[in-house]
Amino acid sequence: MKVNGKIYSLAQPLSLKDFLEEKGFNSDRVAVELNGDIIPKGAYETTMLSDADTLEVVHFVGGG
Amino acid sequence: MEKTILPTKEMLDEALIRRHTRPVFDAMAAAHVGIAGLGGLGSNIAVMLTRLGVGHLVLADFDQVDLSNLNRQHYMLTHVGMDKTKALAQQLYQINPYIDLTLYKEKITAQNAPHIFKSCEIICEAFDDPDAKAALVNSILDQEPGKKLVAASGLAGYGSANDIKTHRVMKNLYLCGDNESGIEDGLCLMAPRAALCAAHQANMVLRLILGIDQP
Repeated sequence: MKVNGKIYSLAQPLSLKDFLEEKGFNSDRVAVELNGDIIPKGAYETTMLSDADTLEVVHFVGGG
Repeated sequence: MEKTILPTKEMLDEALIRRHTRPVFDAMAAAHVGIAGLGGLGSNIAVMLTRLGVGHLVLADFDQVDLSNLNRQHYMLTHVGMDKTKALAQQLYQINPYIDLTLYKEKITAQNAPHIFKSCEIICEAFDDPDAKAALVNSILDQEPGKKLVAASGLAGYGSANDIKTHRVMKNLYLCGDNESGIEDGLCLMAPRAALCAAHQANMVLRLILGIDQP
């Protein structure tokens, strides 16, 4: 799987929600594009990742 | 103080055309841009877009100007206590009295954002709170696939100005900032990096209006 341009191997099938947790992302502060499509927050739990996927995770920090 | 003489629209247009050229002027005058949040980023973006001659701006913020905003936000002492929408509109009309402004003094949520920014082809995310940033970006990208978003993340502190960059992170999402310096790290928000990041956002908006989609 490609995550933000880097290759990442999935050890087992993983939901997007679990993947974000494993990588330490706060899911309230991210936007995620999977294979070119934005994934709505409500679908993080049911979206399963596979090695053929291309994932973009944008993480926001505070300040404006 | 001497009274300002109001120039005609033709005089102002002519002055802008001399600076920017006719094709750029026409593209700017026809553009509709939204700004979500009118703090250190949004107030500065609005001033720059008005100077560029953007014809239509939608400005949204529920807040009032506070003394603590003056360290980086484009407001003056006379604006303290005023709604940010009104305080900013007052200044923008001093730059271009013929600009078309739509003001929303309400809290922007994932639910109302698509409605508030319906008329805008480009939207700037200019919030402070990281949850609100993510909520707006998700809502617009999901529900308005034809719109471009120019967001910000990582502008706190006094790290190198050269670390502030514009990246195209998704098809319709541009992200300005250093991507890591947040207020969560105990960093203060200060005028130079807030203005730098706002300028990155305004320049990306300018490029998008001119049909350039690379950062």
